[in-house]
Amino acid sequence: MLKANVYVTLKAGVLDPQGEAVKKSLHVLGYAAVEEVRIGKFIEVWLNEADSETVAAQLKEMSDKLLANPVIEDFRVELVGVERP
Amino acid sequence: MKFGILVFPGSNCDADCYYALKDVIGRDVEYIWHKETAVTGFDALVLPGGFSYGDYLRTGSIARFAPVMPAVVDFARQGGLVLGICNGFQILLESGLLPGAMLRNRSLRFICDTVPLKVEQSNTPFTNQFAPGEIIKLPIAHGEGNYFCDPATLEELRRENRILFSYSSADGEVCEAFNPNGSVANIAGIMNRQGNVLGMMPHPERWVESILGGEDGLRVFASMVNWLERQGVPA
Repeated sequence: MLKANVYVTLKAGVLDPQGEAVKKSLHVLGYAAVEEVRIGKFIEVWLNEADSETVAAQLKEMSDKLLANPVIEDFRVELVGVERP
Repeated sequence: MKFGILVFPGSNCDADCYYALKDVIGRDVEYIWHKETAVTGFDALVLPGGFSYGDYLRTGSIARFAPVMPAVVDFARQGGLVLGICNGFQILLESGLLPGAMLRNRSLRFICDTVPLKVEQSNTPFTNQFAPGEIIKLPIAHGEGNYFCDPATLEELRRENRILFSYSSADGEVCEAFNPNGSVANIAGIMNRQGNVLGMMPHPERWVESILGGEDGLRVFASMVNWLERQGVPA
C-alpha cells in the first residue's frame, strides 16, 4: 500500500490574502523577522496499489485534474510506503 | 424558448433565477438536476450561485465533475448560451469554459453589498439591452470573487472585448478604489471567445423588480431572450 503526500501551493505572483493576514498577525505577535507567509494545502491520499510508478502517474493526473488548479497553483507529490491498516 | 437552470447540491440561487425567468420574464424554465447526463431541448442554461458541493477543495472544483457537466460543456461548445452567476462563474472557470481562476477576496471577508458596474460591451447575447458604457448597480455576495488571470490572458480578454462588466464608481471610473474584492483589472464578468458563455460574480437575478431594489439585472435575462429571438434556436 502506498500513501501520497500532495503539496499544493500558490504559484509565485499569485496574491495570497490568507498568507498576508497571517504574516500581519505574526508581526503583531512580535516576530519582526517574518518577511512572507504563503499558505497552501496538504492532501494525503492512500492507495491500494503497490507499484510506485503507477501511483506516481495516477497522482500527477489527479493533481492536474482536481487536486490543484494549474491556473493558480503548483503541486508536488511525495510517495511513502505504508502498512495496510 | 426554454431556459434550463442547473441545480447542484448546495446551489441556493436557483429559485431566484427561476423566478426571474418564469415569473418576471415569462419564459419556460426547467430545473436540471446535477445527476442528469443530457441537456436537450434547452436554448440557454444558467448555472446559479450558491456553494455547490460545499465549495470543498476550491469553489466549483467538485461541481465541475458533476454528471451533468459533460453535457453542459457540449452545449456550450455547440454555441448554446450559458450564463454562470457567482458560484456558476466559478464552476465555468474550473471547467475551462472560461479562462482564469478565483481567489479569496483580498479583504478575506465575505462581501454582501450592492455595487456599481460599468457595462463594457453591449453588443453581446447577455448585454444587448444595455447602453454602451452604461453604469448599473447589482448585488454581490461572495467570499471568493477575486478574479485572477495571467497578464497574457488579460491582454487577450481586453483585445477581444470579452470583459463585459467591471467594478466601477457611480460615475463609471474603473480603478483600484472601486475594486471590492481585488479582481484583476476590476473584472466582474467575462465572456468566452465564441461569445456564448458569460461568467459574472454580481447577481442579476436578485435585481429584477424595483421592490427588490432595482431592475438592472432583468436586462441580462432580457438580452438573452432578445438574442435568442433574433438568432433562432442554436443548433
